[in-house]
Amino acid sequence: MTPTLHTDPAVTEPMPVMSAPPPADQPSTAPRETAAGQRPSEERIYRHRLPVRIGHWLNVVWLFILIMSGLQIFNAHPALYWGDRSDRDQPLLSIRATKSDDGQVKGITTILGHPFDTTGVLGYSNHSIRAFPAWATVPSAKWLAMGRQWHLFFAWLFVINGLFFAAYAFISRHIARDLVPTGRDLKGIGKAVKDHLVLRHPKGEEAKRYNVLQKLAYMGVLFGLAPLIVLTGLTMSPTIDTAFPWLLSLFGGRQSARTIHFIACFSFVGFILVHVSQVILTGFFNNIRSMVTGWCVVKYEGVRHEN
Amino acid sequence: MKIENAMKRRQFLKGTLGVASLIALAGCDNLTQSSWFPGVLNKAETLTDLVQRAITPANALAKEYTDSDVSAVFPANGNTDPGTADYAAHVETDFAKWQVEVVGLVQTPMSWTLPALKELPSRTQITRHDCVEGWSAIGKWSGVPLGDLMHHVQPLPNAKYAVFHCADVDDEGMAYYESMAIQDCYHPQTILAYELNGKPLDISHGAPVRLRFERQLGYKQAKYVVKIELVETLGGIGQGRGGYWEDQGYEWYAGI
Repeated sequence: MTPTLHTDPAVTEPMPVMSAPPPADQPSTAPRETAAGQRPSEERIYRHRLPVRIGHWLNVVWLFILIMSGLQIFNAHPALYWGDRSDRDQPLLSIRATKSDDGQVKGITTILGHPFDTTGVLGYSNHSIRAFPAWATVPSAKWLAMGRQWHLFFAWLFVINGLFFAAYAFISRHIARDLVPTGRDLKGIGKAVKDHLVLRHPKGEEAKRYNVLQKLAYMGVLFGLAPLIVLTGLTMSPTIDTAFPWLLSLFGGRQSARTIHFIACFSFVGFILVHVSQVILTGFFNNIRSMVTGWCVVKYEGVRHEN
Repeated sequence: MKIENAMKRRQFLKGTLGVASLIALAGCDNLTQSSWFPGVLNKAETLTDLVQRAITPANALAKEYTDSDVSAVFPANGNTDPGTADYAAHVETDFAKWQVEVVGLVQTPMSWTLPALKELPSRTQITRHDCVEGWSAIGKWSGVPLGDLMHHVQPLPNAKYAVFHCADVDDEGMAYYESMAIQDCYHPQTILAYELNGKPLDISHGAPVRLRFERQLGYKQAKYVVKIELVETLGGIGQGRGGYWEDQGYEWYAGI
């Protein structure tokens, strides 16, 4: 595997000064200038506090289940509409199976009137007519009632976890300190985009905090996407619609809310793909360790590392 | 050397992620099949019921739409024809002798023929029907507020649920039935509907009388209603979960 991790001097040397997490109101760097004023090649910093780590990993579980049980529910009526009703001749998107004259079954995904052959994944997979394939749904068999049981149970956990995290992040000033982009961040956004495109990632001091794209992505997910997916989900509830009729106006109708819910779901999938690929590209083991133990290693420029 | 390592690492990661997700999926299926886990999942229904009732005013109305919002085609789901000889005889006579009984835990059990129901004060509402599958359709319903019938029969204090017995029977001989909490019978939009879009209900939509229970999902909207029974507990009726679909694993509380 990766012997580097174990031969890394900074890791094998005895635990540095900061063997315990810093107090809650203190940020997280361990200043380790040597006596000679020389910079060490790398430094251990305490990056993620316990509530953030717990919330993160619980969310991994909730999201995985919510997305897959959501696809199970979608499979019961694999079409999306705008407005309040489902006019079946005018779906925005549909995933169906068709049988050609020679008896061949094909999976056809139609987006805004444009059909695409998606046999094998969408519409028809593994000899079965179903919008999303068995490997993408919970439970894997076609079973709407059970999909709803999973979805509506874990939706509660997702909301409760989210509320705890939001409360913690406000009170601990995690949002103000670590997540809100500064003016300087925003000015550097062009450079950040360019750096990310060529996979050049921040090192040293710059790596001790979130970069501007990270901040925007995390803020967008935490305070944009997550509330959006919860509210559009609730708008699909006929009882909630009677209690809060403005939800219907806000999203343009129950079927629009369902469509936005679906788009928000795939925005989560997109975020997860980018997030995980960044985690891998910027040092998988270091990143995983920091989200498990809180501690990560920051490396400085000019020092070569076998990595 | 470096590239080789990177490739190995990538393969390892891909393998790990793939295996992890397969294990997780299989885990979900195992939990689904276990004897205890669906019971845990089902706790959410109780919580949702409690919370939604707490935050929803008892008489808050479902949104009512205008004539121009009505669906061109209102899909008919579930059983679309009871298909029994008895029902066919009613179709022959235009349901003139159809009766809806209200019995069980009431002061005065009563029954109404279809013409008698139509003579009672009616309510017309253009509402959205939300199917558990995910689609919605808008229709204009006319019928008798169930609350009015309740005032006639006077439920006893221990009546907790209204059970709707229907004339339709599925391929396996299971009769359709549904139930709602007694307080929902008094919601102004809870009606026994006999008209859809200005015409008498057709067979596929539940002729001659069906329930409209606007704050819950489509499978609660029992069609071909023949008897309303007020009970204290749902046990002993069907499989005891309160409805035809509930007996097959759907939630009794269908507000979401």
